[in-house]
Amino acid sequence: MTEPRRRHEHLVAGLLGPSGAELTCEECFDLLDVYVDSELAGEHADERVPGMREHLSGCPACAEEHDSLRDLQTTLP
Amino acid sequence: MPGSVPAVQRVTAPPGLDREAEARAWLGALRGTGAERDDAVRRLHELLLRAARFELGRRRAMVAAIGRETVDDLAMQSADDALAAILSKLDDYRFESRFTTWAYKFAILEAAVRTRRRAWQERELPIDPDAWTTLPARTLDPAEDLERRDQLRAIIEAVRTELSPHQREVLGALVLAEVPIDVLAERLGTTRGALYKTLHDARRKLRTVIGADS
Repeated sequence: MTEPRRRHEHLVAGLLGPSGAELTCEECFDLLDVYVDSELAGEHADERVPGMREHLSGCPACAEEHDSLRDLQTTLP
Repeated sequence: MPGSVPAVQRVTAPPGLDREAEARAWLGALRGTGAERDDAVRRLHELLLRAARFELGRRRAMVAAIGRETVDDLAMQSADDALAAILSKLDDYRFESRFTTWAYKFAILEAAVRTRRRAWQERELPIDPDAWTTLPARTLDPAEDLERRDQLRAIIEAVRTELSPHQREVLGALVLAEVPIDVLAERLGTTRGALYKTLHDARRKLRTVIGADS
């Protein structure tokens, strides 16, 4: 994918957001630990916490915190 | 919770016994008294401080202009506030994750929000009232195919005709200017959740108008 195309896709995704049912930011924070532990355990995290994947694709702040928590749990005991 | 955001089912699963035993030990000590509680609070604060430092370390680029002492202060403030939040929400822990995962998320949130706000504290919000008008010229490459150009033009027309001024302002700040949602929430005197609800409703309206959901 070319850089202009990538920027275009990024912009359109940001403007339109995810199309599926998604959690709110409050629900995301409430369930983030459950989702991350499920991911790290190799479980079906998206089935366990429906709507999380969609929210993380539409909310950059929550996505950053998800990535941090997941990476932290693989780094710290 | 905002009513227009579709509700989703939360499925619970029984935690592992080791995880549950670990969590019960934490909860018992934190709800206890005397030296046992003091020790548990101290150990938890140490973990939260490590988590906050980890988060700040991930954001080196954002905090590059901040002095070492200030970064340490941010980490300590984040750990302090995370600890206070956790101690007031012990009854909210539901044994669906490791206790430390549950606790770490409070430190991550505190450190992330503080860092975003700190990085933007001297900056004006880059809100340009003409941003929507000039967007196609700024973003569309002549080589892009016609369908993509038409799609973006349709979205921009829907932004102009279908969204409220507040929805346009929020969408423009968060998506076009990429202002962190916590920073925008602070400037507008609202919350991340309320802003995301505005963003969610605006996006849903745009998807409906351009037929993206069909």
